[in-house]
Amino acid sequence: MGLAAVELQVGDVVAVRDETPTHHHRTPWFVKGKTGRITSISGPFLNPESRAHGGDGLPKRHLCSVEFRQVDLWGERYRENDRDRLLVDIYEHWLER
Amino acid sequence: MSDDHTHPGLQHDVPLPGRAKRAVAIHRLLVSKSIVGPDEVRETIDRAGRRTPADGARVVARAWTDPAFKTRLMDDPRSAVFELGYRLSRDAGLAVVENTDRVHHLVVCTLCSCYPTAMLGQPPDWYKSFAYRQRAVVEPRAVMREFGLHLDEDVAVRVVDSTADLRYLVLPRRPNGSEGMPEAELAELVTRDSMIGVGQARNPA
Repeated sequence: MGLAAVELQVGDVVAVRDETPTHHHRTPWFVKGKTGRITSISGPFLNPESRAHGGDGLPKRHLCSVEFRQVDLWGERYRENDRDRLLVDIYEHWLER
Repeated sequence: MSDDHTHPGLQHDVPLPGRAKRAVAIHRLLVSKSIVGPDEVRETIDRAGRRTPADGARVVARAWTDPAFKTRLMDDPRSAVFELGYRLSRDAGLAVVENTDRVHHLVVCTLCSCYPTAMLGQPPDWYKSFAYRQRAVVEPRAVMREFGLHLDEDVAVRVVDSTADLRYLVLPRRPNGSEGMPEAELAELVTRDSMIGVGQARNPA
């Protein structure tokens, strides 16, 4: 999994990579392959996918807060309210414009 | 494993449960490999134990009474809470999300149990339970109803899944009838649950 091809910005509509590497990663399964919008960007932080396995965490990665519509994540399983949203923090290298 | 040093408080006539034995073994290994210092774990526990929801409540009450502070808190939480004497570690950032009459935030960590310990102390057990972590993302309104919180349908729910390097503190709505109350009394209305999002701040008596 390489670096994001383009630098991401707040407001970008992004898709989360639909991948499940065998190493530790912090991308919840229910957002993989889903499309949301970046609401803020923070960091860069040491990459936990490296640090969890004794690595140095470099290069550092920006962390994007990505907002999804709940109905986009769960489809008909989400029965509560169409206006509801879910915000998840995703490292930049998991996102594609 | 060799037992070459003693652990105050861990007497050998008290049988330890398996997980405690594992924690002691991991601690010994980390110390023997100089990955952590002998007092580092205790200092971390002490530091975490010094914080309680009253600390978060102070921050919330200040934000309710001082609009300029609130703006700084939303824009740069680390600097804003430092004004009140809270020095956050570099390990994790702090983010603040504001509840209004239009949007209500609920915080969960579906991957583990990330929690703003620097502002609220240790998380409640239910926050770490599989049930909360699974259900908060897919049926947040049902979960909140079980906590006694009934939201109007015209209020959007925004679940925040803190999966990474940010810890989230909810800025609850200031209750009606609290106008003119001094900051210290306002802080008494701010519950732990209201700063996680499973509740609202208390109404004044």
